[in-house]
Amino acid sequence: MTDPTHHLLELRGVTKRFGKVTVATDLDLVVSAGETLGIVGPNGAGKTSLFAMISGDLHPDSGAVLFAGRDITGVSAHRRARLGLGRTYQVPRPFEKMTVFENVLVAATTGAGTRGQAAATLAGETLDRTGMYDVANRVAGSLTLLQRKRLELARALATRPRLVLLDEVAGGLTDPEVAELVTLVRSLHDTGIAVVWIEHVVHALTATVDRLACLAGGRVVADGLPADVLADPTVRELYLGQAVATDEDVA
Amino acid sequence: MGLLNAVVQGVLLGGLYALYAAGLSLMFGVMRIVNLAHGDLGVVAAYVALVLVTHTFLPVWAAVVVTVLLSAVAGYLLQRLLLQRSLSSGPLATLLVTFGLSVILQNVLQELFSADTRSLDTGTFATAAIHLGEISVSYLGLLGLGLALATIVGVQLYLSRTATGRMMRAASDDPEVATLVGADARHVYAVATSIALASVALAGMVFAMRSSFSPTIGSMSLIFAFEAVVIGGLGSLWGTLLGGLGLGLAQSIVGYYDPADSILAGHLLFLAVLALRPQGILAARGT
Repeated sequence: MTDPTHHLLELRGVTKRFGKVTVATDLDLVVSAGETLGIVGPNGAGKTSLFAMISGDLHPDSGAVLFAGRDITGVSAHRRARLGLGRTYQVPRPFEKMTVFENVLVAATTGAGTRGQAAATLAGETLDRTGMYDVANRVAGSLTLLQRKRLELARALATRPRLVLLDEVAGGLTDPEVAELVTLVRSLHDTGIAVVWIEHVVHALTATVDRLACLAGGRVVADGLPADVLADPTVRELYLGQAVATDEDVA
Repeated sequence: MGLLNAVVQGVLLGGLYALYAAGLSLMFGVMRIVNLAHGDLGVVAAYVALVLVTHTFLPVWAAVVVTVLLSAVAGYLLQRLLLQRSLSSGPLATLLVTFGLSVILQNVLQELFSADTRSLDTGTFATAAIHLGEISVSYLGLLGLGLALATIVGVQLYLSRTATGRMMRAASDDPEVATLVGADARHVYAVATSIALASVALAGMVFAMRSSFSPTIGSMSLIFAFEAVVIGGLGSLWGTLLGGLGLGLAQSIVGYYDPADSILAGHLLFLAVLALRPQGILAARGT
């Protein structure tokens, strides 16, 4: 794995337009191996489109996406998943008719490339780690929102990713539930998986991430330590049009 | 005793309908493709087997095996080269493409083989039967029913026990998410179409052994296959088996009293199910 830049993920000058709407303008972003990066920004800032371009659902009009030192701009989504890019959706999308275990097993076989007993073991371990072991045989369509969010994460983890993209995992959850998920995301960090986390619940981010980036109008307008980014006047103005919610404000 | 025999014949006939319908059901279940060329693809297989038997030294059983393998390959290519492209343009596009394919296949067959009826000669096997009192169970009928059971049980095991099978269910549920966990949806779809064509090839050849066939009979088998799928419940293979058996039984039992009403009885059962239980006998789980 030769990686001259030491970045696991790098976006270079990425631009994407839908008609007159620009979701990314000459956007640069890097993520190092094992790093946890939080992304904030107002609605329509291009956060979810950014994820889609990293995971391969969307292809940029120009610019390049590099992963582990390799240009993956033209690589299809399923190959990116096999290379170690995992993703969760804002609204969880489990395979409704399959059991929780089968959901994770598909990821373990197709994403991580394991077979037979090894795949079952990986799926079991992942369910254990995400606290979903007890409901392994339930049909995914019958799960609660928190369980669905956990399954979403479990399925991404079972592909043995080097980088996981989390899209608003805390949205719609109660504070104690958010706290549980924060613990889970921190445990990913401890196992060396890099995380890029889009979140509106800012206190969940600041409690977890190493670095924070603020997106607006398809550009990165601030990027640095969480405290510095939240104190940035541009961010304050763009993101909330008011003082950015700090831990005290939210709690 | 005559009625009992009609029931037995209905089950055997229903087995053949289920075999015809299995591939249609699978393609609809996995990709939401309604393949209007399904019946014609079975007829093409019958002609391929006929050509193999007439122009090579292959015995019939070997011609059947070769044709099934060829159909599986053709199914994979059909999906990758033709259906996959139309799939991205919505359900109407796949309907039109498969309808066009049906017209082309029927006309090419007429051009190559004329509109004359043919049959796939299996010698004494075609008429051999087990006699139990007044009931006669033909080997060909048992073959059709056996192949239908084997196909449906086999595909079910494949879907629940193998990695590709689970991928197929995942891609059926949400192709975009399946892709994001590393599944190549296009490959998985092509495997599904490959299985569908192999099974309809079997159905087409068993039909060709039972009765005479011509280039245009595919439309009729498509209708029966459709009715079996709808009666059984969309997206459920076990339902398709039950639907095929129900259709065969309705035709055979009514045909015992009045042969002229046999086909009509099948259509009426179909209409009754549509009116009273539109989701079919066994609706797909979770929907």
